[in-house]
Amino acid sequence: MVDLSGVLEQLKSRFGERSWDYSEFHKNQRLVVAADQCFSVLEFLKKTCGFDMLIDVTCVDYLHYRGAKDRFGLVYIVLNTVTGQRLIVRAFLNEPELKIPSVVPLWEGANWLEREVFDMYGIEFTGHPDLRRILLPDEFVGFPLRKDYPLRGRGERHNFERITRGEG
Amino acid sequence: MEIEVPENVALTKLDWLASWCRKNSLWPMPFATACCGIELMATGASRHDVARFGAEVFRFSPRQCDLMIVAGRVVMKMLPVLQRIWLQMPEPKWCISMGACASTGGIFDTYSVVQGIDRFIPVDMYVPGCPPRPEQLIQAIIDLQDKIQREGSFLGNEFITDARQQPKRALQELELGQLPRSLPIIGGKA
Ligand code: SF4
Repeated sequence: MVDLSGVLEQLKSRFGERSWDYSEFHKNQRLVVAADQCFSVLEFLKKTCGFDMLIDVTCVDYLHYRGAKDRFGLVYIVLNTVTGQRLIVRAFLNEPELKIPSVVPLWEGANWLEREVFDMYGIEFTGHPDLRRILLPDEFVGFPLRKDYPLRGRGERHNFERITRGEG
Repeated sequence: MEIEVPENVALTKLDWLASWCRKNSLWPMPFATACCGIELMATGASRHDVARFGAEVFRFSPRQCDLMIVAGRVVMKMLPVLQRIWLQMPEPKWCISMGACASTGGIFDTYSVVQGIDRFIPVDMYVPGCPPRPEQLIQAIIDLQDKIQREGSFLGNEFITDARQQPKRALQELELGQLPRSLPIIGGKA
């Protein structure tokens, strides 16, 4: 675990004390920010603090989760490849405001990661150059990794043409 | 009437002869989508050597195959591809569904995994197992050869009987009419 106090100092001078929430758990260093500040924090981390690599963008659905206040938790994991500092930035979103600025302008690699989150959770990344489904077929309706989506689906897996022996 | 048969000449039925040729030169199309595919490769490799049964010529072009071996789970997005490849294979053709996933969906009872390919394409042989041993796949090929010999015909009439056009039991029970009609049909016919 690499020390992050310098980064936290820089964040404090730029965004003020109370705009973010830092915690550590099992050697994970985590920063929770407000959704509307998420892009500027990530931009600051990249341009000023040297977090040049985006490891992952993903999402968690907290529906029915014990003690959870918000519905969706977005997760960005960033890495400074020079110092080895690693930081998890999280932002919470609630329906119907499932929108957050895309980080593709900062890291090109976010393109497919954000498409996957869109595909599975229906989070809209504003400013994304090509926000389409990436894993599921384009005709698919719904967002299957949401907790209110039935495990066995809504019948999509049975919804195909049947080919008999005579045809073909 | 008695016919004198010269030496080195045998008399047989055309149907029998065609089936005999077909069954001993099955050219598989390896539709290997998951772990069962590894076992399929082992079947083709030297230890198990499926060449002993005339089925060693794996072709990756459906136009050159007559035996589709579906080895592994097939997901919603893959099924239209599977159907298209099946339709592209020339007649006569057969299909082996290898492993629990291809036959029933296996442990993957989720929204995206097709619960048995026999719901949407015709299947001749099912191989149980997760994954099946190469011996089991070879047994399926041998059984398929028996089947071809038994009911095969020169013109392929055995494929167009009424019984062969019926949906599989799993599909009859499913009551397709109850599907939510708002869902778009995925893929569509090739
Ligand atoms: S039946 Fe078992 S080995 Fe075969 S594809 Fe399914 S999980 Fe893999």
